[in-house]
Amino acid sequence: MSDLTHLTISEARARLRGKEITAAEITEAYLQAIERANPVLNAYVTVTGDKARDMAKASDAKLARGEGGALEGIPLGIKDLFGTKGVHTQACSHVLDGFEPRYESTVTANLWADGAVMLGKLNMDEFAMGSSNETSYYGPVINPWRRSRLDTVVMPTTHQGDGGFVSAGGAKTQRTLDNAQLVPGGSSGGSASAVSAFLCAGATATDTGGSIRQPAAFTGTVGIKPTYGRCSRWGIVAFASSLDQAGPIARDVRDAAILLKSMASVDPRDTTSVDRPVPDYEAAIGKPIKGMKVGIPKEYRVDGMPQDIEALWQKGIAWLKEAGAEIVDISLPHTKYALPAYYIVAPAEASSNLARYDGVRYGLRVPGKDIVDMYEKTRAAGFGREVKRRIMIGTYVLSAGYYDAYYLQAQKVRTLIKRDFENVFAAGVDVILTPATPSAAFGVADEDMASDPVKMYLNDIFTVTVNMAGLPGISVPAGLDAKGLPLGLQLIGRPFDEETLFQTAHVIEQAAGTFQPEKWW
Amino acid sequence: MSVDLQTVKRVAHLARIAVSEEDAERMTGELNTILGFVEQLNEVDVSGVEPMTSVTPMEMKKRLDIVTDGNKASDIVANAPATEENFFLVPKVVE
Repeated sequence: MSDLTHLTISEARARLRGKEITAAEITEAYLQAIERANPVLNAYVTVTGDKARDMAKASDAKLARGEGGALEGIPLGIKDLFGTKGVHTQACSHVLDGFEPRYESTVTANLWADGAVMLGKLNMDEFAMGSSNETSYYGPVINPWRRSRLDTVVMPTTHQGDGGFVSAGGAKTQRTLDNAQLVPGGSSGGSASAVSAFLCAGATATDTGGSIRQPAAFTGTVGIKPTYGRCSRWGIVAFASSLDQAGPIARDVRDAAILLKSMASVDPRDTTSVDRPVPDYEAAIGKPIKGMKVGIPKEYRVDGMPQDIEALWQKGIAWLKEAGAEIVDISLPHTKYALPAYYIVAPAEASSNLARYDGVRYGLRVPGKDIVDMYEKTRAAGFGREVKRRIMIGTYVLSAGYYDAYYLQAQKVRTLIKRDFENVFAAGVDVILTPATPSAAFGVADEDMASDPVKMYLNDIFTVTVNMAGLPGISVPAGLDAKGLPLGLQLIGRPFDEETLFQTAHVIEQAAGTFQPEKWW
Repeated sequence: MSVDLQTVKRVAHLARIAVSEEDAERMTGELNTILGFVEQLNEVDVSGVEPMTSVTPMEMKKRLDIVTDGNKASDIVANAPATEENFFLVPKVVE
């Protein structure tokens, strides 16, 4: 039996429907892979083995009757931010200790209705605040990718394959893995690490400033943040309500399209859920992009950006041009203000959303001499440093006398950021191509990032504009850097035009190939 | 704009987060770094620009004013640290 965990969702779907494999078999293969890898990668905070086996059994019964849903028998990992009935849901925070909701989030309910199997809950930055998955109460997630060094070895016979390159002289360069542990990015670091390391067929994730696309880029996976309003936020722990969107992380573009089709819906329980039917995203894959207008924004060429990323961007441009797209230079003049505006808007909304963690209704309670003392002690013990920092910033910018100077100014700048995109799309641009991140994955406990919160925030410099404008954005792996680490390109589309993103991302994927880490864990 | 130790303590109290002297000092530095970073927004000319209220132009959805849910008291208190007969228990608020 080939390794079932290496099947893409579309491959597994075909084999399950063809009765070549069973949901029970593929689920068992993933549970075993998790058992072996999780002590090292720390991608899952809870594994729901019994539930997974029960769901797989039910899927097999349905498949046998020919009644399988779109994701029947496909084992998925779920980010800890999604409310899952009777199952650990803590946003990886200490303050939600022991919380097991009595309801199911709309997104996960949609997945189960389509037959997916839940393997467990995935690690993440606490309350989705972070870009390295190091703020989790459950400890950092490790990236299955490691840096490597190129060594030249003389080959007796010319041989191609297993990740090596053949040079004219018959010498082969081979990569030797470095031992340093790298972060998978964040906040959906558990989702990205699990998908990349074959610990689930696909995963749910959420993106408030880049939390799907940055970890996808760091792990060689595909991640899409759909248009604001496409996936229901009902039952997902709120961080910044005007920016939060759920989306999938998957091993290829087609799998991401399959997952988003099931996750997205029109939900009367979320007033920001947009009343628009969900298209068949998979149908967009393989459509030619001839004549499509691709915008290249000059503002995304930032100081200190590694040469590898600039080169990758140029490659992406060349691939799309070759496929018949028209490349146009564009300007999004307010780009540099997106990140500072985000660090007012997001903490402001977070300070309000996180006011509910008071030690009364759920989770942790630390006793105090009176009720205020109880609140203060509970929140001091329950929230980690990054979360406290953001609550403090949010409380400050919303406090009397500062609201206009900070929050109102930021919301006005946000209007200008959105207008930049509207102008470009009105001029006929169909899709915008940018790098996904300003660097490849960095080391766990990076001292530079730890000493200056703003350095960590800069990870989201290319992704955050998309949240500020409510647009869809996809990160697709496009190559490896000199150290052998994956890098991603980002495509930004018009509101609700996820189809163009899948269509274009697929062209990049066809040219670049897909990327798998060498197994060391 | 920057914050001093006193302001940090006041904000922490507004946010209901207990901070030690040491926490407050560390936070003062961190918050000033972040506030220094967001300062650049003042360069932007926003005259005549409306603040964003919604990224997607949409009409606020309204539902009928009828009861669609309820009778879930035990579900609601199920995760509370302290309850009694479907009530949340808190330290004494009124003497």
